[in-house]
Amino acid sequence: MAAFGSFALLIGLALAAYNLFAGGIALRLLAVGGEARVSPERLAETARRAGIAGFAAVTAAAFALSWSVFHNDFSIEYIVEHSNIALPAPYKFAALWSGQEGSLLLWAWLLAAYGFVLRLTHKSDVKLHAYAGTILAGVQVFFLLLLNFAAPPFSLVRGGIAPADGNGLNPLLQYPEMVIHPPMLYLGYVGFTVPFAFALGALMMRYPGEKWIHITRRWTMFTWMFLTIGIFLGMHWAYAVLGWGGYWGWDPVENASLMPWLTGTAFLHSVMMQEKRGMMKSWNVWLIFATFMLSILGTLLTRAGLVSSVHAFAQSSIGNWFVGFLVLVAAVCIFTYVLQRDHLKSEHRVESLVSRESSFLFNNLVLLAACFTILWGTLFPVLSEYVEGTKTTLSGAYYSHIAVPIGVFLLLLTGVGPLLAWRASSFRSLRRNFILPGIGFLATAIVLIAVGLKPWADEGVFYSLMTFSLAVAVATAVASEFLRGAAVVHRQTGKDYFSSTVLLIRRSTRRYGGYLVHFGVVIIFIGFAGYAFNRSAEKPMATGDKMEIGPYTLVNMGNTQESNPNYDTEFSLLDVYQNGKKVLDQPMAPEKRVYAVNGQPQTMVANHSTMRWDLYVVYEGRDSTTGLPIIKAFLNPLVMWIWVGLVVVVFGTLVALVPSLSPARAIVAVPVPKSDSMTGQAAAVGLTGGGD
Amino acid sequence: MVLIRNSPFRLSGLPCRIVQTLLIAIAICFSVGATDPQARFNDLGHKMMCTCGCGQVLLECNHVGCPVSGGMRDELSNGIASGMNDSLVLQSFVQRYGATVLAAPTTEGFDLVAWIMPFAVSATALIGTILLVRNWAKNQPKLASASSSQSPAQIKAEEELRERIRRETGTD
Repeated sequence: MAAFGSFALLIGLALAAYNLFAGGIALRLLAVGGEARVSPERLAETARRAGIAGFAAVTAAAFALSWSVFHNDFSIEYIVEHSNIALPAPYKFAALWSGQEGSLLLWAWLLAAYGFVLRLTHKSDVKLHAYAGTILAGVQVFFLLLLNFAAPPFSLVRGGIAPADGNGLNPLLQYPEMVIHPPMLYLGYVGFTVPFAFALGALMMRYPGEKWIHITRRWTMFTWMFLTIGIFLGMHWAYAVLGWGGYWGWDPVENASLMPWLTGTAFLHSVMMQEKRGMMKSWNVWLIFATFMLSILGTLLTRAGLVSSVHAFAQSSIGNWFVGFLVLVAAVCIFTYVLQRDHLKSEHRVESLVSRESSFLFNNLVLLAACFTILWGTLFPVLSEYVEGTKTTLSGAYYSHIAVPIGVFLLLLTGVGPLLAWRASSFRSLRRNFILPGIGFLATAIVLIAVGLKPWADEGVFYSLMTFSLAVAVATAVASEFLRGAAVVHRQTGKDYFSSTVLLIRRSTRRYGGYLVHFGVVIIFIGFAGYAFNRSAEKPMATGDKMEIGPYTLVNMGNTQESNPNYDTEFSLLDVYQNGKKVLDQPMAPEKRVYAVNGQPQTMVANHSTMRWDLYVVYEGRDSTTGLPIIKAFLNPLVMWIWVGLVVVVFGTLVALVPSLSPARAIVAVPVPKSDSMTGQAAAVGLTGGGD
Repeated sequence: MVLIRNSPFRLSGLPCRIVQTLLIAIAICFSVGATDPQARFNDLGHKMMCTCGCGQVLLECNHVGCPVSGGMRDELSNGIASGMNDSLVLQSFVQRYGATVLAAPTTEGFDLVAWIMPFAVSATALIGTILLVRNWAKNQPKLASASSSQSPAQIKAEEELRERIRRETGTD
């Protein structure tokens, strides 16, 4: 199977290279109108078909590695390093991306899959798809070169003698979310290659209009959604597995995933300005270029050993390849932009500081400031080592001082932006739109201070108070947008308010889906704000011992050890009481596992999660002097809100992905009264329907 | 002073006393928090990293049998108990473990750049954007009037239609 996989990768490389070169020649011939023995159209078609066949080749390679993992083929080095016989089946899937070579293969396969879909849907715009497909093939060539020559997943074990068993999967990865977190994240990372390819292709061919944005809009949202899910699954995994009580540690790998997310989010917002008003064309092109390059930079940072990270399981010496590729991509982008920049002149300019356009501009600014801050913080240890000779550490303390204020400002813009009108807002409309959110903000701040929050005592509490107050303001703004729109539809159609709201959303899925995403972001920020109030307690606990934390009392019912072929485990059984009443039917069982194959320990946190707070209990191990298990308990307020917020964000994105009712259908659906105002009403409905 | 005396926002009498009382109350709140040994232990313990290589903040290091964090915590408690102020405690740790023990850069030398740069870049971008938009907004009427091919009647009709749409949809 190793030989089959290796040949599949070689064939994949040959097909991608053919796609790149034949596609490139065909597009050049089409551009300059030169004569050739083969017609450029036919050459471009062969290139497209080579791309489709390339997907089959890379799929065959991925299948070969999966087959080898499941059949314990320890003649392959990668399988020895990342799997073993006792590894449960779902984690054998995870072994595919737990190491350098496997995760590169996953990347290449997803890229080939995206390319497959892109090439199949070429009829919507044959020429633009040909450009995008060729650029995509260039990226595929890079990854397939890596897989064939720098990090081959099918290398045989040294000496040629297969061991009886493998070294097993990193215990940190033996957790259900780890089976889906990397594919989700990679769907996001890799997916940004598609809008990047379309943007670069459209620029190369001086494509008129905003069609490339219309074509890639759903790709980008789809990709953004998966990146969001991937990041949050990673957070949940860190929360449940690492056992330090938090979900985000500002580790370079976490930062690497957040940076393209931030620029991708900025892109999703600013393309609306290009679609609506023909503005920000250069800006949008550079945002998507930056998003793609940040995906590559993130991979470079974490794999080249440039920055130290707890995610050290995938480091190697392939960094130079990524540096070379990044330089090449940057050079191509800059060259193309300089050559074609006159094509990207804006048709309009921002007319007022108080307008929807301005809010998008500031939203972009804040997102990019956040991205820069994270990039700066991630690279600063490298810089300080270069300048001063010592690596300066930048932990959460640094980021909470810098990134938290930026985040709070972003939350403010989330609420303010949708309340502003396109072009310019009148003072009257500002007063009307902001009065309710303003009251919500002030009332929340006053109530929270009255119930005992002291924003002057602690920076974290201050930001939490701001976040809670802004969250109420933004939620009020979002709700009032829905209510106002629903009231108009209710007046026009006579339907009840619920049906009116549904019709309103269907008429403009993108706009109201976007509001739902904003609402989800508000919920997530409320969850983040709870972090300032985390509490913890720790003590060695013998059977019958008690520990108090917040309103809960933990009673140790016993300490137990168990074994299975994969790991040995020891855990405590803790009954939880609140006001003398038992809260849980089953005791909490935090455990510590030690994996048989490599002797590595692993924490399994026990968590009782409610909307108010999480009771998060960690079995830290045994006290070296008394031999008693040390139990650490955290009371983390509002964490559940983060996961609920994610669900709302995903739901909102799915709503935005659904096509809106066409203006014609939307207008037909409305019984327009026969009067002089008919034209005006029809225009109003049309505008509401399409007005994102 | 002249400006303040003539300012309509000048405070005197009861409002002035209320502001003074609030400022003193805030100062007391901050100083109370700063002298509590447990609060200082928590605060300083979150300003330092465990040096065992786990990459975690000292008070959040959860490695079983970590050979370093226990000793560092004791050292921190002793430093606070001996009467050293926060700065001296941190300095003693830097001398013993090197600058990498600090969870965040200092505000001296090259480290200061770590703090300044994000704010400097954000502020420059913010001010630049505001100036740019203001400039665009100022030049907009000229561009509009130069490029406009609509008659005044058409412009008026469009304005009326827009106002009607706003009124009927309840939006801008």
